[in-house]
Order: sequence, then structure tokens, then C-alpha cells
Amino acid sequence: MRRFSWINATSLTLGFAFLYLPMLILVVYSFNASQLVTVWAGFSTRWYGELIRNEAFLDAAWVTLKVAVVSSTIATVLGTMAAYTLVRAGRFLGRTLFSGMIYAPLVMPEVITGLSLLLLFIGIGLDRGILTIVLAHTTFSMCYVSVVVSSRLDSFDRSLEEAALDLGCTPFEAFRLVTLPIIAPAVISGWLLAFTLSLDDLVIASFVTGPSATTLPMKIWSSVRLGVSPEINALSTILIAIVTVGVITASLVSKRAIAARQRDERAAAAAA
Amino acid sequence: MSPQTVFAPWDDPHEKPLIQFRNVTKRFGDFTAVDNIELDIFEREFFALLGPSGCGKTTLMRMLAGFETPTEGTILLDGKDIAPIPPNRRATNMMFQSYALFPHLTVRDNIAFGLKRERRPKPEIDARVDEMLRLVQLQKFATRKPHQISGGQRQRVALARCLAKAPKLLLLDEPLGALDKKLREETQFELMDIQEKTGTTFVIVTHDQEEAMTVASRVAVMDHGKLVQVATPDVIYELPSSTYVADFIGDVNILEGRITGQDDDRVEIAWAEDQPSIHAKARVALAPGSTAYFAIRPEKIAISATRPETAPNAVTGKVLDIAYLGNISTYHVELPGGQVIKAQSTNTDRMAAREFTWDDTVWLGWSDAAGVVLER
Ligand SMILES: Nc1ncnc2c1ncn2[C@@H]1O[C@H](COP(=O)(O)OP(=O)(O)OP(=O)(O)O)[C@@H](O)[C@H]1O
Ligand SMILES: [Mg+2]
Repeated sequence: MRRFSWINATSLTLGFAFLYLPMLILVVYSFNASQLVTVWAGFSTRWYGELIRNEAFLDAAWVTLKVAVVSSTIATVLGTMAAYTLVRAGRFLGRTLFSGMIYAPLVMPEVITGLSLLLLFIGIGLDRGILTIVLAHTTFSMCYVSVVVSSRLDSFDRSLEEAALDLGCTPFEAFRLVTLPIIAPAVISGWLLAFTLSLDDLVIASFVTGPSATTLPMKIWSSVRLGVSPEINALSTILIAIVTVGVITASLVSKRAIAARQRDERAAAAAA
Repeated sequence: MSPQTVFAPWDDPHEKPLIQFRNVTKRFGDFTAVDNIELDIFEREFFALLGPSGCGKTTLMRMLAGFETPTEGTILLDGKDIAPIPPNRRATNMMFQSYALFPHLTVRDNIAFGLKRERRPKPEIDARVDEMLRLVQLQKFATRKPHQISGGQRQRVALARCLAKAPKLLLLDEPLGALDKKLREETQFELMDIQEKTGTTFVIVTHDQEEAMTVASRVAVMDHGKLVQVATPDVIYELPSSTYVADFIGDVNILEGRITGQDDDRVEIAWAEDQPSIHAKARVALAPGSTAYFAIRPEKIAISATRPETAPNAVTGKVLDIAYLGNISTYHVELPGGQVIKAQSTNTDRMAAREFTWDDTVWLGWSDAAGVVLER
């Protein structure tokens, strides 16, 4: 069954090459000593040094980080609240509509999200800058958080909350002391997801920003239009590293949580 | 010493019940889980709920704890309607059938959870938790998480957690089902001890009728959301109100027949073509000709080799089967008409004295007050 024939090997290699070759080339060329992007002139970390001295890039990186941390945190709080309410509220009028509406932004083209937010900000006369990017990112990453958290809440044993209430907790205490610690892995992976989404975003940020704030992806995009420099390669390599670490951490956190839950369930089943 | 008074507040019309169910009905959609229940439970009672799976025991408890609201009717605690009081402000603690232990907390923290919510001083909490751990014999497991202990141990943690706060009313949903017999008996006595010392009122669900008999001041037998009979354990056992109750609790022979004669409180029941009528005392008036059921416990039937001279009822048959249970033996005796009657005798001597064996012809005899006559 599991014979590793040469056809399998080839298709696997081709597939992975398709996915990762471009990135690999980028990473390799970020260590190129030459000024010219396409000519290899030996290994060097020169461009990383140049990058650190480049004020414009550093500013953009700082803006991006601030936006990502703040927006993913707000999105996590709001997304968790939304998920909790939708899962717990039971059946109320228009519940299906509400849960549908939470998921809609997931499939909405970014251009439309960006444009509509821009119109909103202009409409209410908000100065465009970091604040508007944070708001926009919160809006679109919140639904990702709520999807992750509500799938965990679906399998959450309601009687744990009842036991907490029974032992004298207010509903908020029950959430803080029992529900939240148990769903924490899902909340953390939701935060990491929101963080990486915000870090990556170019389209929405371009729509809603003003002259005062430029994020890293925007900066890279605008410099590349003037020609690719090895500095950009170095920067992109760093970004790839950060995102990779984020995604791997998120998946490890949720894998560990799933393993723990399965172990508990097995123990419970064995006891029954 | 003062003469010991019998604990029977339910017979005293001046006594105020702690809990009153007034026409309580609970429906889930169009399914009726609890059907128009009228019930008073008194302070210091050890009240047992008995009934087949799905008959509404847990639902009744959840209404007391505050997790379900009655669809109709009211529940009063100390004379006050409890409907507006949220679960966290009720002076009740519930032990969940599923235990509902907090998986992220250790055994010790699980037990301390309710005490911490009351913001008691730490040394007091520690002392109380230690006491509870000792009570359920789990001192060695205090630092483990729920998934690291066995099913029976988990059940004991759940019990300790709800006992810790020493509430006025304790609701225990099958608290001892996963324990072995010895530990179960020990814990039963602990519970009765706690009850005596603290005066807590217990409402307990159990599937074990022996347990209900041991611990309960009164037993309620439920069927399909209705209360079939509420009485003291001995009344439930000796004077069941219907064949359902008689059959649910303990072993019983139920013989269906027709009333053929009545004289004062004594009736005659014709129940088989070739058998003499049963003579029995009836507690209710039954019209001649009506269908009646005669229920008699196996231990009330004497088994002998010759016809019993004095017994008003005697039948003969062949031993079909013998169940040896250590202290007692149950004989299944087949009558000529094919009916099987169970009779029990105590094994006073060791092995030796098994008087009867398979296919022996024996006589069964019982007095006219040994069984009950039931309408249904
Ligand atoms: N939330 C609910 N929604 C719908 N039906 C329910 C709900 N809770 C209980 N029921 C139904 O109500 C009936 C009574 O349930 P309950 O849990 O009170 O039974 P029980 O007497 O405790 O049974 P067991 O001895 O098996 O624990 C069952 O038929 C059950 O399916
Ligand atoms: Mg139950």
C-alpha cells in the first residue's frame, strides 16, 4: 500500500518545489554579497546590516508590529465574546443569520472589505493612520478568532460551568475561572492567527491608511516597484521566519490541547 | 435519657416543609420529563429518588439547583419561590451525575473551589479541604489532575467538592455508583453521619435499592416523570402501592387473579384453575369479580417437605432452580400448572443443611398477612 514509487517521489518533489522554490530563492539571495539581485557573488549578511540602518524600513516594521499586536488582541477579545455568545445563547431569533454574518467576512474579497472600511472612515471623518489600520485589521481578523474559538466551545462540557455556578461563582467568574482556562489553547491560537493575518495584510491596509502610517508589506510593495533590492530579500526572509514561527506555534498549541483532551476523554471512557 | 422520638415530620401537620414542589411540570419541547409533581421534603431528611433510567430524577434535581426552570408550577424553599434565585445564590450544592470536575485544577483545588468563592481565610480552607480529602480517602491524590485518577476516585472528588461547603441542601445524583461495595457502605455511613451532625437535608438519586433502604428517611419511586409512591423505606417494601413499585424494589412474586370473596378486610383471590384460592388481608376495599394482584416477597414464603398445618395458604410443586447467595438461598418452585413461585430461606448451617435439591417435591406456605393485595 505505502510503496514509495518514483511517481510518488516526483509528484511530491514537484509539488513542494512549486510551493517553496520561490521562497527558497528569495532566502538564498538575501545572503548574496552582490548589489545585483540576479548575480550570485558569495555569501554575506551585508544586506541585513543595511536593513537595520534603514530608518524607513524600521519605522514601517514598528508600525506593523504595533498594529498586529493591538488589533489581534482586540480581535481576540471581541471574537471570543462573539463565539461565546453565539454558542451559549441557544436558539434566539435570527441566530443562524448572526452566525452566518460572523463567517461572511472570511470569504469577502479583501478589496471590498478595504473599500467599505475606507468609505466608513471617510464618512465618519476619522483621520486615516495607525488607528484606522488597527480598526480595519480588528474587523477582519475577529471572525477568524471567533471561528477557532467557537469550534472549541462546541465540544465544551456545559456542566463544568454549571458546577462553577453551583459552587458560588457569578457567571463572569465561572467564565474566567473555568471556561477561559479550558479553552485557552483555542484563544491563543486564535490570537496567533489574527497576529499573522495582520502582519501579512497589504490590501486592506493600503485602502485605509493615510500618509502618516506605512506598514511593512506596503513599504516592500512600494520599494519593489522601483526595483528589487537585496535589502528587500533580507526583510522578506525575516518576515517569513516570523510567520513560520507563528504558524508552527499556533498548530503546536492546538495539537497539544487536542492531545490533552483526547487523553482526558480516554480516561473518562475507561472509567465509565 | 429522653425517650427517642421517631423522625417523621411528614406525619406532623404543623411541620413546615423545607422544599415544596407545587404542581411542577417540566417539558422539553413536547416531551414531558417531569409530570405535575406534588412533593414536600422536610429539613434533615435523607430523601431518595428511585426510578428507571430517563424517568426524570436528574431533571427534578436540576430544577432544585437552578439549572432548569419549571415549565409549570412552583418550587418553594423555606416557603419562598426559588424561581428568581440564580444557582450561585442558592444554599444548595449538587453533585453531578457526570461529576463535572474541573480538568485544569488538581483534586485539592477542585475541592477548595467553592470555599475560595466564599473568600474564607486560607488556613480555614486548607483545614476543610484536608478534612474532606480524609473523608473520601484521597489524601494521596491531592495534587493529581482529574484525568490522572480512576473513575471511582473521581466520583469521590465530586462528592468531596459538594460536601465541602456544608450547604443547607445537598443534591447527590448517583453519588456512590462507581464505588466498590465496601467503600460504598463506608461512604453511606459517613453521609448519614454528616447528616446527623450537621442537620443537612439530602436529596439523593440512586439506582441501588439497597442503598435507598439503608440511608433514606423516605423514598420516592418515579415512573415517566410521575411520582408513583412516596413513603418510608419499610412501607415501600412491605406495602407497595402498585405492582410497579413492588417489582421495582426487591424481589417479588406477583400473582394475578380475581376477587371471589370478601369478608371484612379479608379477601379470597382465585388465581389458577387447579390451585386453591389465596386468602389474604387487603387494605383497600375490592369489589368481588374485579382483577387483583397478590404480591408477596420470597422471604415471606416458608418452604417445607410436608404440608404446613397452620398456614392459611399452601401450594405444592417441584424445585426448578436454586440460587445460593451465601446467607440465603432462593428456591424457584414450579407448580403443576406451570407457574413459578420464588421462596427464600436463610442458610443457618454451613453447606450441609441444604434440605432440598432439584426436582424435590416441596410445600410452600404463607400467612394471610404475608403479602399485599393490589389493584394494579
Ligand atoms: N435538555 C434536555 N432536552 C431534552 N430532553 C431532555 C433534556 N434533559 C433531559 N431530557 C429528557 O428528560 C428525561 C428525563 O431525564 P433525566 O436526566 O431527568 O433522567 P434520569 O431519571 O436522571 O435518568 P438516569 O437514571 O438515566 O440518569 C429523559 O428522557 C431525557 O431524555
Ligand atoms: Mg440522571
